[in-house]
Amino acid sequence: MSFEASLLFETADRLLAKECTAERLLEAQAGGWLAGPWAALEQAGLTQAMSLGEELPASTAVQLARIAGSHALPLPLAETMLAGWLLARAGLDAPEGAISLAMGDDLSFEDGKASGTLRRVPWGRHVAHVVTVVERYGVAHLLCLPTAGAGLTEGANLAFEPRDDLAVDSAPVAAAAFADGVAGFRAAAAAIRALAMAGAMASTLDLTVRYANERSQFGRPIGKFQAIQHNMAILAGQAAAALGAGDIAAEALGAREIGVLPIAIAKVRAGEAAGIVAGLAHQIHGAIGFSQEYRLHFLTKRLWSWREEFGAEAEWSRLIGRQAVAAGPEGLWPLVASI
Amino acid sequence: MNALTFPTPASSEAAEALRAEVRAFLAETIADRPPHKRAETWFGFDAGFSEKLAAKGWVAMTWPKRYGGHERSALERYVVLEELLAAGAPVAAHWIADRQSGPTLMKFGTERQKADILPRIAAGKCFFCIGMSEPDAGSDLAAVRMLARKVEGGYVVNGTKLWTSFGHHAHYMILFCRTDPASQRQEGTSQFLVDLATPGISIKPIVDISGSHHFNEVHFTDVFLSDDAIIGAPGNGWQQVTSELALERSGPERFLSSFELLVRLVAWLQSRPESQAESQAEPQAEALVGRLVAHLAVLRRLSRSVATLLENGENPGLQAAIVKDLGATLEQEMPEVIRHVLALEPMVESPDPAAAVLAQLILSAPGFSLRGGTREILRGIIARGLGLR
Ligand SMILES: Cc1cc2nc3c(=O)[nH]c(=O)nc-3n(C[C@H](O)[C@H](O)[C@H](O)COP(=O)(O)OP(=O)(O)OC[C@H]3O[C@@H](n4cnc5c(N)ncnc54)[C@H](O)[C@@H]3O)c2cc1C
Repeated sequence: MSFEASLLFETADRLLAKECTAERLLEAQAGGWLAGPWAALEQAGLTQAMSLGEELPASTAVQLARIAGSHALPLPLAETMLAGWLLARAGLDAPEGAISLAMGDDLSFEDGKASGTLRRVPWGRHVAHVVTVVERYGVAHLLCLPTAGAGLTEGANLAFEPRDDLAVDSAPVAAAAFADGVAGFRAAAAAIRALAMAGAMASTLDLTVRYANERSQFGRPIGKFQAIQHNMAILAGQAAAALGAGDIAAEALGAREIGVLPIAIAKVRAGEAAGIVAGLAHQIHGAIGFSQEYRLHFLTKRLWSWREEFGAEAEWSRLIGRQAVAAGPEGLWPLVASI
Repeated sequence: MNALTFPTPASSEAAEALRAEVRAFLAETIADRPPHKRAETWFGFDAGFSEKLAAKGWVAMTWPKRYGGHERSALERYVVLEELLAAGAPVAAHWIADRQSGPTLMKFGTERQKADILPRIAAGKCFFCIGMSEPDAGSDLAAVRMLARKVEGGYVVNGTKLWTSFGHHAHYMILFCRTDPASQRQEGTSQFLVDLATPGISIKPIVDISGSHHFNEVHFTDVFLSDDAIIGAPGNGWQQVTSELALERSGPERFLSSFELLVRLVAWLQSRPESQAESQAEPQAEALVGRLVAHLAVLRRLSRSVATLLENGENPGLQAAIVKDLGATLEQEMPEVIRHVLALEPMVESPDPAAAVLAQLILSAPGFSLRGGTREILRGIIARGLGLR
């Protein structure tokens, strides 16, 4: 990693540690928009980190999604950053402010206008634009759709992060052909969720190690019990796998085309780890981890949400499986070794 | 470095060119090897194959040329290893010598030991076994009792080593035992280079649950080892043996043991008749293949990352333990989950390769989380690395 990149990551980590206090996380959970922290992210240049060109490759910058996940950041940093990068790939300008991403399955596009519904849009009520993808006569188009005037139906994921439906009727949009296709778009969005999960798992591990060393029962820290130690070791192994998966996803955004297969692999592996990590972390924390007051739930609820978003394991594992079967017994290993 | 430090693995064009060469060599050399034999992976023994591999320069790859090595990078060596294992090549003969005995000699041995032994390993003609476990010292290696008693000009060794893989084919053993009779635990232990032809050594087979003979008990009765058989400093055995274990724990052999069964599953899915292809089980079977490929690809990345740490001179004992524990868990899970899809009775002698591979793996899987450190021991190491012990 370059010096610039590690500097940026350190800055981001420090900034997010400062901004993501428990009070703020609760405020966001109640539906509030954290305007102050958002302004700080913009000012630090983080929202455009994937659009710095040679200076900082997108495949490195996207690791900010992991750092954001590690702090359970309740803001669309990763979405905005990735949306800007996707727009640039299609030759479109990124608008100012927060941008979200959503699939365009229920959207039609005709004469520069979009009609239909964008579903489960992350932070939909708070962003000014949503980037989406639609296929028209076999050609994928990337659209940048202003949210002003759209019909809003509020929703949320398990972590109470906004996941809203936005209905539009003949809304004018900026559009351009998108070479990576619908699959590439969905994979790119899945990549930031895989990275965010990896970050959240790394933090869950840290938090749980700390707790196991602090909490005493039967006259000693619970971390001294072998059963706890072995569960911690499993948790650490799964977190390590998730981080490896996240790195695979990040690198897949550097290539000339978006690497759908490696991202599928990353989303499947991180998604599986998420459930194990969250379950063990809660077990080791006992009742305190089950309370609003303690920080763990901000991470675990996100893990349970993010593993579903932009394709759960069932979807992506079938895609990998189909490619593996198509590769056949001779081609299976070359496929694994190509990742 | 913490438990989650897994740097980006190194890669190079030279390594990828080498990969193509290895694949071509394997396609020619082991074309006839049946799937259930491939499923033996690094427990498949064929001295002739090891010699052919050495002739290609693919044994002792990273060692200095003056010891018969080829001064290739650790990355290139990794590529060769994973290609051999994924193909199910019979690598057992030279595996231990190449992986750990040679490197131990390189690091701690005398010039004479190195000059004598290393070129023969590199030629694929000299095989090693590991003399660590004893009847009362398994996971608790520091409980070894076997004693090399100091005498004029050397040592006299008595005792028994157990579970010695391929001891009956090996030329040498690296013996870990006590040299100070009054010592406790880790103290007073040493390593020796033992020529297994030395008088007083007898090797008896131990048949494993599958009915095959790969491991042994090795009895030492008044075996005289001269002073120059000691490796490194007397009393330094524990430090040496633990550094050897890091080499043993993170390679591709720790997650590819069941790969052949996934190959069989893919072959079965590809060749099934149309009528079955439409069946309800289909999406599930594809999803299972996808999930297992995802696990393998991520483990491979972590394992290559540990290889990179080793190459950079770090001591990734913690990362290696994580890779081995995750890897063994996957290797053991694969036959258990794949059998649900194949719905075949595992049969050692079956003409159906999938049934034969399944049988081979069900019978070898229990060992995956025992050999090279049990699951429980690894998890203890990881917990210590996390700061819990
Ligand atoms: C296929 C195979 C090949 C082998 N090849 C060799 C070889 O070539 N050379 C060689 O020296 N050895 C070899 N071994 C031996 C191997 O190193 C030992 O099996 C291993 O170290 C465990 O020792 P053990 O079998 O005596 O089990 P034990 O140590 O008796 O363990 C029995 C059970 O108790 C658990 N246990 C032990 N201590 C603890 C603890 N502190 N906390 C929690 N649980 C614990 C273990 O995890 C295990 O589940 C081989 C083993 C196998 C299976």
